[in-house]
Amino acid sequence: MKFPMKTLAVAAALAFAAGAYAQAKKDEKKDESQISGGVVKIGVLNDQSSLYADLGGQGSVVAVKMAIADFKAKEKGLNVEVIFADHQNKPDVGSQIASKWIDAEGVDMIIDTPNSGVALAVNQVVRDKKKVFINSGAASSDLTGAKCSPNTVHWTYDTWMLANGTGSAIVKNGGDSWFFLTADYAFGHALERDTEAVVLKNGGKVVGKVRHPLNTQDFSSFLLQAQSSKAKIVGLANAGGDTSNSIKQAAEFGIVKGGQNLAGLLVFLTDVHALGLDKAQGLIFTETFYWDQNDASRAFTKRFAAANGGKYPTMVHAGVYAGTLHYLKAVAALKSDDGTAVVEQMKKTPTDDPLFGKGTIRADGRKIHPAYLFEVKKPSESKGPYDYYKLKATIPADQAFRPLKDGGCELVK
Amino acid sequence: MDQIFGIPINAFMGQLLIGLINGSFYALLSLGLAVIFGLLNIINFTHGAQYMMGAFAAYFLLNKLGMNYWWALVVAPLLVGATGVVIERFMLSKLYKLDHLYGLLLTFGLALIFEGIFRNEFGSAGLPYSMPEQLQGGHNLGFMFLPNYRAWVIGASLVICIGTWLLIEKTKLGAYLRAATENPKMVEAFGVNVPRMITLTYGFGVGLAALAGVFAAPIYQVSPQMGSSLIIVVFAVVVIGGMGSILGAVVTGFGLGVIEGLTKVFYPEASNTVIFVIMAIVLMIRPQGLFGQR
Amino acid sequence: MADPAHDPLATRDVEFDAKFFRYGLVAVLAFFLVAPTFIYPVFLMKVLCFALFACAFNLLIGFGGLLSFGHAMFLGMAGYVSAHAAKVWGLPVELAILTGTAAATVLGVAAGLLAIRRQGIYFAMITLALAQMVFFYCLQAPFTGGEDGIQSVPRGKLLGMIDLTNNFAMYYFVLAIFMAGFLLIVRTIHSPFGQVLKAIKENEPRAISLGYRTERYKFLAFVLSAALAGLAGATKAIVFQLASLTDVHWSMSGEVVLMTLLGGMGTLFGPIAGAFVIMAMENYLSNLGAWVTITQGIVFVICVLAFRRGIVGELEALLKRKLTFRQLLFVLFAFRHHKRAKERGGP
Repeated sequence: MKFPMKTLAVAAALAFAAGAYAQAKKDEKKDESQISGGVVKIGVLNDQSSLYADLGGQGSVVAVKMAIADFKAKEKGLNVEVIFADHQNKPDVGSQIASKWIDAEGVDMIIDTPNSGVALAVNQVVRDKKKVFINSGAASSDLTGAKCSPNTVHWTYDTWMLANGTGSAIVKNGGDSWFFLTADYAFGHALERDTEAVVLKNGGKVVGKVRHPLNTQDFSSFLLQAQSSKAKIVGLANAGGDTSNSIKQAAEFGIVKGGQNLAGLLVFLTDVHALGLDKAQGLIFTETFYWDQNDASRAFTKRFAAANGGKYPTMVHAGVYAGTLHYLKAVAALKSDDGTAVVEQMKKTPTDDPLFGKGTIRADGRKIHPAYLFEVKKPSESKGPYDYYKLKATIPADQAFRPLKDGGCELVK
Repeated sequence: MDQIFGIPINAFMGQLLIGLINGSFYALLSLGLAVIFGLLNIINFTHGAQYMMGAFAAYFLLNKLGMNYWWALVVAPLLVGATGVVIERFMLSKLYKLDHLYGLLLTFGLALIFEGIFRNEFGSAGLPYSMPEQLQGGHNLGFMFLPNYRAWVIGASLVICIGTWLLIEKTKLGAYLRAATENPKMVEAFGVNVPRMITLTYGFGVGLAALAGVFAAPIYQVSPQMGSSLIIVVFAVVVIGGMGSILGAVVTGFGLGVIEGLTKVFYPEASNTVIFVIMAIVLMIRPQGLFGQR
Repeated sequence: MADPAHDPLATRDVEFDAKFFRYGLVAVLAFFLVAPTFIYPVFLMKVLCFALFACAFNLLIGFGGLLSFGHAMFLGMAGYVSAHAAKVWGLPVELAILTGTAAATVLGVAAGLLAIRRQGIYFAMITLALAQMVFFYCLQAPFTGGEDGIQSVPRGKLLGMIDLTNNFAMYYFVLAIFMAGFLLIVRTIHSPFGQVLKAIKENEPRAISLGYRTERYKFLAFVLSAALAGLAGATKAIVFQLASLTDVHWSMSGEVVLMTLLGGMGTLFGPIAGAFVIMAMENYLSNLGAWVTITQGIVFVICVLAFRRGIVGELEALLKRKLTFRQLLFVLFAFRHHKRAKERGGP
């Protein structure tokens, strides 16, 4: 067949020519010291339909819009747009959306992204393309540790904070033998690792671990293993729907009646709401925001709920709001949306917002603010919907997060 | 003796029991598939979606019409079975003269449509369905705490599986069905309305799937994806048991549930693959399945 | 299929086929050469990778008559190996892709030895079982990273010179890979091996009676199909710099069936058209999550019930009919004339 040969030769020649052209084109990248495209475009990338949809989801979009309005972007001459997409808890979907957003749709900042596996993938994409990633939803402390990036700020919480807040409180209270029920991906592994370290440091022991796939419906066989381990504490290193299911089914199998206690290592307001106080009462966990903390948080909650179908904000939503505010401040100060420079500016400027108060962002991208140990109220103690938590302790900001030198981040000299 | 094969006896018995519970679902679902394949020679990929629709039907019956679990056990399979009748009448029947693989592809497409529609409406997280009061609580058996509801599932599915087997193997109606499988023309010549029988049989198989869905609603979350995670395993069960054999489906369903449970005790990493390994081996040595006849 | 000895229209079939192929190849090549100037190159690379995957799948079903419901195992496994080779072993990109393809080939040999002895539904089921085993292996194995996948795979430099982080450069490299794979398939179809394969698909007992070792031919086709699917997967992992569980999941096996069915099973260009349409549809509907699944399902159902020849198949049929369009008009006219005559009470 002669045709394919000739066509192939022509194609090969064209391909090399195109490749060389593309190479040349890449070298003449324009210098961006203005707002790219005249618009600051923010992309909310999170789980819109699955087990993490309630703690983030559309609520995060609402939070971003509120931040833009509160910042009075228009009056300051900034043109800000918001888009959103569902990453379906798949790293390939998340990273493809992030790439497409940055390459073809002019997105300058990506925010939220619960699910640590997806967050790590997006972290890499944003780093390669030098934009901004503000993570509020994911937990893995690797985002400010081994995988830290000059383009990423990790707001709200992380696995180290959870482990040291909840973990040490429980061990000091007598829960010194643990069995872990872990979600089998980046987040679960990180949370299990960090909590195990805390348990061992405080003199406790880990008698067993089992891993379950993300979004598991039936925990019966895992709970059975937890029961037969006879550990005092069954540590739930999972989140969202997985945590609610574990707690519900643990009740079905009589785990707590049998004398063991459940430790919810990551629990959100929406989980407690889904479980109901009768099942969730007595759970102890750490969060960095609660809607009923002070007047500012209550005022925010009133406006948020009105825009979000009556649903109250989780700490993830709070982090999205605060992070967007701080980002816009930095962009306005620099009059540019160049990713790396903006993050630099965000680290240089101390933060101040109605939800987290005053704080800072460290060199490794970690946002620092106090953490709070909460206990879920008994049904009799609650005065109305969403009145679920009582404050047990406050962990000051300088102790709540992993020390800067311990993270293994290359940005920290 | 506190241990058996090096594992504490509690854990062993507990996982065995859980294996039986999973096995009940495998058996019920593969029963429906075996009935459908036996008569229509169609691999009903939609089976998982129909199981899911049964669970959703129970959820709606409870929350919109106030029909409790016991009513749902009867009404949901009828409702979903009716959709099955529609599918067979208007779509599947057009494909009988073609290669059987087209039936597989059609039902695969229908499964995607149903799952997509429900996922669109309800997200993937899952809705709660409360356990019927009469079956709440449980008994402490010493080696584990057995919830009453799970015991009910095992018992009820056994009864239904044996009942269906009796229906098909021992009754006149079953005889007609089996005859129509082997020689539809001859049976039609005797005046039996074979196409209608085929339609109703498909509806019956679908109804079985929906019934399994109602059983599942209180213990697993009612979620649009509950079917797709289960359906592949059920295919493996049916293939191992023998694609047209009712007895094969039931025995293999319970048996594989137990084997999977035991694997979770001794070698948990392999618990997901053990059924497929067995399927691959069976297909190589005895492709018609353990109880199959072709 | 038309037999030249008995059907006078058949000779036109062979001519038509050759003409269609020539024009088709030029059209496809021309489109893909200029497309990145007006379509996002990463999207096009995705299309090319899936088109190659679908062409490989089509080789097996369209020309070999074997429906594999587990082809994702080749796509995904090759992706993991290629990603691992590029990231952890630090192999240059060409070698990483070759390693991935080799892994898929080995897997294809193993799977083929197990599956080839069966036909029809049983063959499909056994490929599904094997693919599930591969999926669960990938879920557990430490090197695949489980739910997180292998991330941050470097794109590297082609031949040590051309920087592939530039999307345009990467695109033309992927296009070259695709054309190589596609032309290999074309060559295979038109070779003596391909002719025997076609004969086996149409009537295996007859082929056996003619003395052909049909199992060997089917096995070879299976391995070749696996290798090319692996090539697609290995390339895709480098393009997206990520290898994940999505590529070994059984829904990916379903998706390639869909692309091939929609495009036209048994045609050469069908899988390319199918891949393009499905990817475009997914892209367009991506913000409406579940609608992608629903649309895929609807396409499946419509194709099976009413559109079995697929896009390219229908296109071919339409073009063929044009050659006898005048005859067709004549036949219609004559028929109506005859009918009217009958109504008037004629002979």
